[in-house]
Amino acid sequence: MAKEPQSTPDLALDDYRFGFAMPERSVHKTGLGLTEAVVREISAIKEEGPWMLDFRLQALKIFEEKSLPNWGADLGGIDFDAITYYLRATDKQSQSWDDLPQEIKDTYDRIGVPEAEKKFLAGVSAQYESEVVYESVNRELDKLGVIFCDMDTAVKKYPDLVREHFGKLIPSHDNKFAALNSAVWSGGSFVYVPKGVKVNLPLQAYFRINAEAFGQFERTLIIAEEGSYVHYIEGCTAPIYTTNSLHSAVVEIIVKEGARVRYTTVQNWSKNIYNLVTKRARAEKNAVMEWIDCNIGSGVTMKYPAVYLTGEGARGEVLSIAYAGKSQHQDAGAKMFHLAPNTTSRVVSKSIAKDGGRSSYRGMVHIAPGATGSKASVVCDALLLDETSRSDTYPTMRIQEKRSSFEHEATVEKIGEEKLYYLMSRGINKSEAESLLVNGFIEPIVKEIPLEYSIELNRLIQLEMEGSIG
Amino acid sequence: MLSLQNISASVEDKEILHDISFAFAPGTTYAILGPNGSGKSTLGNTIMGHPDFTLTEGDIFFGETSLKNLSPDERAKLGIFLSFQNPLPLPGVSVMDLFRMALVSSKKLDAMSLHKKVKAFAEELNIKDELLRRSLHEGFSGGEKKKIEVLEAALLEPTVAIFDEIDTGVDVDALKLITTFIKKHLPKETTLVYITHSHKLLSILNPSTVLVLKNGRLIKTGDHTLAEEIEKNGFEQI
Repeated sequence: MAKEPQSTPDLALDDYRFGFAMPERSVHKTGLGLTEAVVREISAIKEEGPWMLDFRLQALKIFEEKSLPNWGADLGGIDFDAITYYLRATDKQSQSWDDLPQEIKDTYDRIGVPEAEKKFLAGVSAQYESEVVYESVNRELDKLGVIFCDMDTAVKKYPDLVREHFGKLIPSHDNKFAALNSAVWSGGSFVYVPKGVKVNLPLQAYFRINAEAFGQFERTLIIAEEGSYVHYIEGCTAPIYTTNSLHSAVVEIIVKEGARVRYTTVQNWSKNIYNLVTKRARAEKNAVMEWIDCNIGSGVTMKYPAVYLTGEGARGEVLSIAYAGKSQHQDAGAKMFHLAPNTTSRVVSKSIAKDGGRSSYRGMVHIAPGATGSKASVVCDALLLDETSRSDTYPTMRIQEKRSSFEHEATVEKIGEEKLYYLMSRGINKSEAESLLVNGFIEPIVKEIPLEYSIELNRLIQLEMEGSIG
Repeated sequence: MLSLQNISASVEDKEILHDISFAFAPGTTYAILGPNGSGKSTLGNTIMGHPDFTLTEGDIFFGETSLKNLSPDERAKLGIFLSFQNPLPLPGVSVMDLFRMALVSSKKLDAMSLHKKVKAFAEELNIKDELLRRSLHEGFSGGEKKKIEVLEAALLEPTVAIFDEIDTGVDVDALKLITTFIKKHLPKETTLVYITHSHKLLSILNPSTVLVLKNGRLIKTGDHTLAEEIEKNGFEQI
């Protein structure tokens, strides 16, 4: 990415440029590094109200004050001064297909991603055919009163709704990367589901990708009113390539009484990425929150989806899959906070490490005084494919209520020679046999994922195992 | 077809099989007998290429091809099949998953034909439908395991099929079902090798040649009368 002098936005000029579709070298790309000017510039480009600007500036201060976490993965390689914090979607087209690393192109070919989709995913083009699909989905949602738009739009169109919840579950001071996101966020989804409405079709960020769905500092807020249901899916199985090395998102979800939200992630960032994401949900009385979190890509991931079980009878679930191949470190897990009586939580984590990769489960179960009759269960299974790979489990339990129950189970399994031998004796080669066993290992979670994703996920893992990617 | 030429095999430097030579003919049924620990299963696994067993002396030929440096999957592709005495459970992998990988992705069979074939075989073997979708061998009864192994043999249509104690945990009726199934669905020219110490299996099979293994050596070969002799007098007399 070329270094450019920072420039102040000229909004009139923007309209002009946009209208004539002037390419590249847009003024709407902040320079390298993070300063107050950059934050002000982002806010100005987005024509935000003063409250959001204040929110951003405050977050910037917190970001500067906070140090990097001294636990988890090694983040020493992040150079905050070498990152462009804001890129407009139009700028992303400036990259050419030919400039992409061969391995990314090969992967697209092997996965069989259609041409148009490939280019979008590679950040080459913002045009995408499913825009039409998105429009028709949106009309259906309109009828139900469901709002599904990008976060930038939501701030402008639904300021009260956004302001009530934005940054409340994950305040800027939660951690350094939540602060960073709060300062420079752009894109992400806003979902509002009215009382009693059940959205049967999963909402996919996929459908509105030309609205910056895959921003690197995206911000997502989902509000599910009483008795409603929605399934949100982010990411996709094809690797997402970007030259920027940091992805730091914040996702907040409010699940009101009797509502249910399922949030599925299939993360496959390219291997140069630090993927540091904060995800948290609040589940009110008898509400259900389910995170299904699959991490295949990135160089380093630190992500621990959390559920605050604040209402009696609330239920939280995290099902996660992490695959750590060569030079990858997946530090993933879950956090469950039982803050009301008769709340239940379940964590199932399946991690796989191969070729010197490292997968860690890091989790927290907190049962607060008064959360009587609560039940928590954590199962983490690790599968190691060779001697050089590593798996760790870091569970933390804070059980402050005697009248509750907690179970923790952890297994580490080396892929068995005997099982490989059996499969090979049926004419399957070693890497196919390994991927069959790995897919079998994660099957209990994969079956929770919509079919088109699970097939791709299995195929992707198979490709990873063959060592044909990255 | 398959010929063992002066083979010795070891596990962790301990020699288990000593200098065994034998040539198996196509379309013929063999029984390998011997007391416990005589090396029968080791022989089956050495032929299949188990990574724990090292061929220290001699060589195994499949036609003109030496198996010495071939992996189990390469041996399987040549046409060798081993039914496991006690197959381990494979969580999350169903028999369909296995054969989609083994046959469909190598384009030997399309998914639809595989499905039909498996269904038909399962019905013939009295295998419950539900078992085909479950994790392979996980919580299967002894008999169910053996039936699935035999079903796999029929799908792969091997040239040499070795059945290691196909009779353990199987009642007489099921055993008859299994052996009839093997005869019916494996190609006529397939060499069938049964490793066993069950006389009831032998009486059903009526093998043309009986091999007796003792302390890792092939001590005697003969026709079915050898099996009768062993039944009467035990292995001690041989």
